[in-house]
Amino acid sequence: MKKSNRSRSVSAQQRRLILGAASFLLPVLLWCMVSYVPFIWHPKVLIQQPGAVDYFQSGMLVDRSDFDQQRLSMQQQGRALPQGEPANPIYLPAPHKVALALYTGFVTPPQQDGDPWLHQSLWHSIQIIFWGFLISSLIGVPLGILAGTYASLGRLSEPFIEFFRYLPAPAFGALAVAILGIYDGPKIAIIVIGTLFQQVLIIANTTRKLETTIIEAARTLGTRGLRLVTRVVLPGILPDLYRDQRILLGWAWTYLIVAELIGTSSGITWFITQQARYQHFENVYAAIIIIGIIGYGSDLLFALLGQRLFPWDRSQERS
Amino acid sequence: MSQEKDPSMPEAQAEISYLDQSAAVRERFQQIRQREVILEVKNLGKRYAGSHGETEALRNVSFKVHRRELVCVIGPSGCGKSTLIRILAGLEAHSSGDVLLDGLPVNGPGRERGMVFQGYSLFPWLTVKRNVMFGPEMSGHPRSTAETMADQWLDLVGLSAFADHWPHQLSGGMRQRVAIARALVNEPRILLMDEPFGALDAQTRAKMQSHLLDIWKNLDITVLFITHDLDEAIYLADRILVLKAHPGEVQELIEVAVPRPRAPAQFGSAQFRATKARLEALIHPLHTAPLAAQEDDGMENRPMIRLTNVADNVE
Repeated sequence: MKKSNRSRSVSAQQRRLILGAASFLLPVLLWCMVSYVPFIWHPKVLIQQPGAVDYFQSGMLVDRSDFDQQRLSMQQQGRALPQGEPANPIYLPAPHKVALALYTGFVTPPQQDGDPWLHQSLWHSIQIIFWGFLISSLIGVPLGILAGTYASLGRLSEPFIEFFRYLPAPAFGALAVAILGIYDGPKIAIIVIGTLFQQVLIIANTTRKLETTIIEAARTLGTRGLRLVTRVVLPGILPDLYRDQRILLGWAWTYLIVAELIGTSSGITWFITQQARYQHFENVYAAIIIIGIIGYGSDLLFALLGQRLFPWDRSQERS
Repeated sequence: MSQEKDPSMPEAQAEISYLDQSAAVRERFQQIRQREVILEVKNLGKRYAGSHGETEALRNVSFKVHRRELVCVIGPSGCGKSTLIRILAGLEAHSSGDVLLDGLPVNGPGRERGMVFQGYSLFPWLTVKRNVMFGPEMSGHPRSTAETMADQWLDLVGLSAFADHWPHQLSGGMRQRVAIARALVNEPRILLMDEPFGALDAQTRAKMQSHLLDIWKNLDITVLFITHDLDEAIYLADRILVLKAHPGEVQELIEVAVPRPRAPAQFGSAQFRATKARLEALIHPLHTAPLAAQEDDGMENRPMIRLTNVADNVE
């Protein structure tokens, strides 16, 4: 009985892994098809031999319709035909190029002396996220818990926060620069503004969902005042609070690019805009993918950590 | 319980009234009455301001509970029995009257009134032992003392082996035993129990009832027990406080004539059935019968649409 249960759960886990891998493989497969199968999409032609066409050069990307037209007219004139192969626009590099860029990005020195390397740009971005999320949490978590615990405090704070959370955080960019300068200050401020207001409301809501019986039981056991918050409410909501924080951290990442454009461009955003300027789109994709890997990877780590931290909460295993 | 078994029995014992007490039982009640009063409720009233105006949940409820007495409160739904026990626990305020514990008015929840809830009220983030240690820790006992106390009480409810388990790993009956230990470790003057076995299956419930009687026999503890189960009330109680609904008022305070020590075999005894008949008459009185009949008619006359094959009959 126990054994069959175990083997069934193992196969369920395998199934989960296979589905999880497939959810990544399917988009990659689509990308590969578009990139490597010549008759799928490929709206451009990469010139290999310009032939007799004046303005063609080898290595040039032209629209397929232009190429066909020129080829036809050369054919009619009996002159040398241009040669070319179907290609995708420059903004859609093939997977292997992006994969290569993931590696070369870290070993290629910056184009100008004094510019940061890719890993330095990334580290800068991670620091912005860290400080933004930390400051937001230092205010938002206690405020959320208190607003959820004490109804009157909730009614006092939540309408304004509800109003404020609709204001787009980037709209405060210019203001943040005026107050905090052009370097990291305003960037952190944008992350805080983007995260904090959602955070208070979500955590207040999580706090309100704590079973009333638990609080009443604690009160009949002689708990009162602030100890009710620290010894009962806080541990009672901690697993859900942790889950909220994971979701909110993802939210903070989505504000990163906007934040880093404010003042002097920095971090991974600086890297991306630079590479786009040089039309190194494989580097742009590589940088975007790295953000995804960092975000998703850290969330998986936090999920594993959650199972360790909250052994009494069975729902951690499902998330 | 065994009423259907032998139809000749009720006639043979028709003379036995729920008020008839054997000499031993009468003497026991006299002893109880001489003990000190732990809990006194005087003219208690509770009104709510609801969306349909004011509702009166409790009106003029008065009774006394003596030391080491086990009193059950029973009544139809809406009689305010849960409101009553929540007021006694200090979780709700009352509108009028007095609640006195050892002669002192009750003001908010306190450790001298332990409470066991119907739902699972254990702290899920604490192990079984830490749950029981919670009360002593709150009252300032050092951790080692709290641990010793918790060990003793877990032993008493027979759960020492599960001290390091999480509440979610326990069955419903075990969780309620932990909840009882957690309330008793504070050494309350009275243990308030709000339908504590209501969510358990019949077998576990029977076991828990015997278990509670064992605990109660061996401790200096007074119990006020809310239930909607007539058998449970008669099996456990010295006296049963019967409430009526809308508003909740005391209908009768019945001294249960079933002798102690109680055993499940007594469910068929004459005193038991006489008491149960009396409770049934109080809770489902005759004058509401027409109303009940109307409701039944409503059910029966409702047209029923058949959603299965006409030839496929289950009865």
